[in-house]
Amino acid sequence: MELSRRTAVSLALALAAIALPATALAGKTLDAVKQRGEVVCGVNTSAPGFSATDSQGRWKGLDVDVCRAVAAAVLGSAEKVKFVPLNSQQRFAALQAGEIDILSRNTTWTLTRDASLGIVFTGIDYFDGQGFMVPKKLKVESAKKLGGATVCVQAGTTSEKNVADYFLANGIKYKSVVFDTAEAIQSAFFSGRCQAYTTDMSDLAGARTKTAKPQDYVILPEVISKEPLGPSVRRGDDEWFAIVKWALYAMIEAEEDGITQANADQLKAESKDPGVQRMLGAGDDTGKLLGLDKDWSYRIAKQVGNYGESFEANLGPKTPLGLPRGANKLWSKGGLLYAPPVR
Amino acid sequence: MALLGGLALAGALLWRNTRQNLAARQIRSGFGFLGQTAGFDIGEGLVPYAPTDTYLLAFAAGVANTLRVAVVGIVLATVLGTLVGLGRLSRNALVRWLCTGYVEVLRNVPLIIQLFAWYLVATEILPEAASPIELAPHVYLSKGGLQFPHPVWARGWAWALAAVPPGLAAAWALVRWARARRGRTGHGPRLGWAAVLLAFAFPLAGWLAGGAPRAFELPEVTRFNVSGGVSLTPEFLALLVGLVTFTAAFIAEIVRSGVLAVPHGQAEAAAALGLAPRQAMRLVILPQALRVIVPPLTSQFLNLTKNSSLAVAIGYPDVVSIANTAINQNGQALECIVVIMSVYLTINLVTALGMGWYNRRVALVEG
Repeated sequence: MELSRRTAVSLALALAAIALPATALAGKTLDAVKQRGEVVCGVNTSAPGFSATDSQGRWKGLDVDVCRAVAAAVLGSAEKVKFVPLNSQQRFAALQAGEIDILSRNTTWTLTRDASLGIVFTGIDYFDGQGFMVPKKLKVESAKKLGGATVCVQAGTTSEKNVADYFLANGIKYKSVVFDTAEAIQSAFFSGRCQAYTTDMSDLAGARTKTAKPQDYVILPEVISKEPLGPSVRRGDDEWFAIVKWALYAMIEAEEDGITQANADQLKAESKDPGVQRMLGAGDDTGKLLGLDKDWSYRIAKQVGNYGESFEANLGPKTPLGLPRGANKLWSKGGLLYAPPVR
Repeated sequence: MALLGGLALAGALLWRNTRQNLAARQIRSGFGFLGQTAGFDIGEGLVPYAPTDTYLLAFAAGVANTLRVAVVGIVLATVLGTLVGLGRLSRNALVRWLCTGYVEVLRNVPLIIQLFAWYLVATEILPEAASPIELAPHVYLSKGGLQFPHPVWARGWAWALAAVPPGLAAAWALVRWARARRGRTGHGPRLGWAAVLLAFAFPLAGWLAGGAPRAFELPEVTRFNVSGGVSLTPEFLALLVGLVTFTAAFIAEIVRSGVLAVPHGQAEAAAALGLAPRQAMRLVILPQALRVIVPPLTSQFLNLTKNSSLAVAIGYPDVVSIANTAINQNGQALECIVVIMSVYLTINLVTALGMGWYNRRVALVEG
């Protein structure tokens, strides 16, 4: 009897000890990142063009570059990033639990996610839309002709809801097959289990590059949704939110100012344009306001490159994905990319 | 008492702490989301569900899918496991080796690998859904799954269904009567076949009385795949076959050990009484073996049900898969995991209760 009472009391105390301190919020992310010496960034397990490893095992992609930009701004080196590959179901939990500092994993910004998951989106790094891919031999030219087809879709994505909405609105009957990873859903589609695969247009283009015969598959013209993809951070840390937000804006602003990896040093020494000077740390100190140093945006331009460079290297016409800039052109060139003034 | 009190206190602290943390991190909590529109599709199921229905109904559809694979799986695994287990005791060496090989291979390869293998067989080797193999008239097999005709619901089928219980009761009464008469007089017919006929005759009469409906909904090959009739998807089939063959290997060992646990003298005594080997097995060995078999068999039934949660890996929309999707759509991981745990706990407690009742029936009653 005596033993069981003692056991019970110590058990209760141990549990209370574990449970109580957790009520305090995690420390400020910026301090934690500086102390750790690396930014921990949640990325896609394999989304060519956004986040995927190349043949040398190095992470490459637009989402990856956003993480590198933050590391360059905060820690001085774009290499000080630890990438954590996450599937679509793990991503929000990983951010909520503090396992990662930034979620940069081609994730769509929606009201529900922004307002109820304890996370907040910092901006949009790719304006996407959902589409369909079908095998060419089915001779389907339009998503409206997919009545009766089986559609492969990834679990827990906005795609899963959009496709339900779209077919309901158009009175089309379909069957869905749902897997939890992009790899599983793609192997099911390419093996012929489904007649159509639906996800973001950029993802479809990326998936197509993974198959042996990309020319056997066509992407249908219909774009059935708005998919603004962007990085997100935990709620309740406004300083960190601002840093991640402005790191992306700096990439966009650099393109607008004509600053590239190649000419950053030269412009820093020679440019008389006050805007360019500010961006390259040769003018007013913009970093202090963010809790960073003067050269934060210079390092982003120098080490990571501007938005356009990252796009061309990862997604553009010269890459296997071959995506046009489209809506992701600068606002001044007829696109949607727009950074507030860096001043 | 002190232990219980301590646990309750710890539980209350954990609960309070969790709520505070969720509030501090501005994560929505509570079960209110169950009444909201789910908005995603579920590929297959017995519950009529559409994306415009609520999360609650989506979970119900998931639970129905879990039960569907678990119940069918338990029945088939028991049959297959018993056959293989008895096969390992066969006097035919070939049968013995085959059954031993089956058990050793199936129970030593992780289940998830087996599921992937079955699913690969279904989706890589079978033909495209638009050009299926016709196994029998109107029975199709392809990457789209297995499709076969099903009767169109009509009053006759309701009558037939309603006549099943009286048919079974009549058959049971007939067998009882015949057995009692044999016990009293020492001779008389067995009437086993008559009982089976009787059990089928009642529903047949009901079907005829209800107008003998003969309309069947036939699956048809359409542009993309086969539609209409009953459709079993490759996800369901792979999961079912994987769970049944895996669990049957364990059940086979349980059956074998149960039979071997009956002292050899029992078989010899049965032989001395003039019982044929088959009769000895049915009347003497198995009833005693059941006492040893039933408790571990219950564990295997529970395992099969829990293992069905691996469905998510091959795209079968069981309750875990639905909950995973829900977690992503609304971010309420804690609540969804509570739902999953309650579902499995309930299913398995009911299974354990049923098996406990059966175990008390077959247990040795010492008077």
